[in-house]
Amino acid sequence: MANMRILPAGDRALVADFGNVISEDVNRKVNALKKALLAEKVAGVREMIPTYRSLLVEYNPAVISMQALRARIEAANIEGAAAETGTRRVLEIPCCYGGQYGEDLAGLAELTGLSEKEIIDIHAGTEYRVYMLGFLPGFVYLGGMDERIAAPRLKSPRVSIPAGSVGIGGSQTGVYPMASPGGWRLIGMTPVSFYDPKREKPVLCEAGDYIRFVPISPEEYERQKKEGGAI
Amino acid sequence: MSILVKTPGPLTTVQDEGRFFYQSSGIRPAGVMDVAAYEAANALVGNTQGEAVLEMTFLGATLEFQTAAWFAATGADMQAKLDGAPIARYQAIHAEAGQTLSFGMATTGCRGYLAVRGGVDVPVVMGSRATDMSAKLGGFEGRALKAGDVLPTLPADDWTPAALAYEPPVYESAVTVRVVPGPQEEYFIAAGLDTFFSASYEISPNSDRMGLRLEGPEIESHSGTDIVSDGIVFGSIQVPSGGKPILLMADHQTAGGYAKIGTVLSLDLPKLAQARPGDTVQFVRISAEDAQALYERK
Repeated sequence: MANMRILPAGDRALVADFGNVISEDVNRKVNALKKALLAEKVAGVREMIPTYRSLLVEYNPAVISMQALRARIEAANIEGAAAETGTRRVLEIPCCYGGQYGEDLAGLAELTGLSEKEIIDIHAGTEYRVYMLGFLPGFVYLGGMDERIAAPRLKSPRVSIPAGSVGIGGSQTGVYPMASPGGWRLIGMTPVSFYDPKREKPVLCEAGDYIRFVPISPEEYERQKKEGGAI
Repeated sequence: MSILVKTPGPLTTVQDEGRFFYQSSGIRPAGVMDVAAYEAANALVGNTQGEAVLEMTFLGATLEFQTAAWFAATGADMQAKLDGAPIARYQAIHAEAGQTLSFGMATTGCRGYLAVRGGVDVPVVMGSRATDMSAKLGGFEGRALKAGDVLPTLPADDWTPAALAYEPPVYESAVTVRVVPGPQEEYFIAAGLDTFFSASYEISPNSDRMGLRLEGPEIESHSGTDIVSDGIVFGSIQVPSGGKPILLMADHQTAGGYAKIGTVLSLDLPKLAQARPGDTVQFVRISAEDAQALYERK
């Protein structure tokens, strides 16, 4: 198909690359290709890593040759699937904004000249596409944040940010799936677990999902947290 | 069926081939660094199902067999002794209950493997027993072993060792590995690619299971090496803006935002897994087609 290049990543991986861009159209093609190859259950494929702009397919060259895998990738029908019509999965993520739940919200209001309420309305008023996961188990790279609430990362990153923290770093927003050091500005907390290794499906989202944050009160946060953070 | 850890050494973990089909969720593969030594260890004790082993780093562990077991030590030569008597590498050996197996400093290579017949029995998490230390996942409680840990092992039937002949490897301090260029070699100027394929790089002490950092001449790019994040494999060679390559190893992140000049041939990764800080690496170009042909000749 047009605009797709198939590049070798060593002797046991091919990268179907759609270009050095962040775009919803490209990301849809990446997901469509992954779904098409999954549906075909191509023998010898042991891993697929979708990113913003490419699908890496790791294979066993003793089972399927590079040439045969290349042909399968070229033949996969992704144009129709890329439309993703009617299949948009939107996850509503409760979020308790500000105060002790989002220590940097007040500072972000100062930086942006917006009120805390305006920031919350903007942040919770957008559907964010999950472009890819990476960095940590269950860490989502979300696209679509309003530039009015963008802000540079903290000058000195925190040593440990608790799981469930919702933050803004540059033009990106996201949720820390597990405790981790990090430099994002924290604006809220969700009681929902984005990653729980004990769950049958350890990771909440997959690439191609959409997320909408729903503001909740501290009482509601504590109640849902006690119930285990399932949605 | 169990083994008691008396002293763990600086970094001993439970590993298997790694955790696959979860990288799309941001979960790293982890798994053994030296696949060749791992496969040999399992084969020597008749394990055929990708059983979990111990990977020891630089200085080995001291272990007590709480039940009788067949075992084999492979990879780095850590001067293994059973109840104080030296034992051979790359050989199936029987230990009685109560015997102590001790490993010392590696004299060649840096990662030693211990397979026991039946395999180390830790819970299978997302299809694998490998320890992912960054996510505290898999392995023994998601961490490196400590003194006092008791490792269960899986039961194994009566068995007579097959006569498998392995030549215990001696690891070189100057290694040459084959590299398939790409997927982003076009980010580098011709002279940069020439530098990469002709210079000798030294492995920095600042290296671990995630990656080997290299010291040596800088690789020149056209206009920087930042890219929109792209998938990574064990063996990817990324070049950050400073121009010093990083070899990504078993604990690599799933995706990264630096251009990758090439990927080390998987057959050559064991050499890097056993390389020590201060050792040198040279890269030789191989085309993807020639790399594929290596498997077809097998």
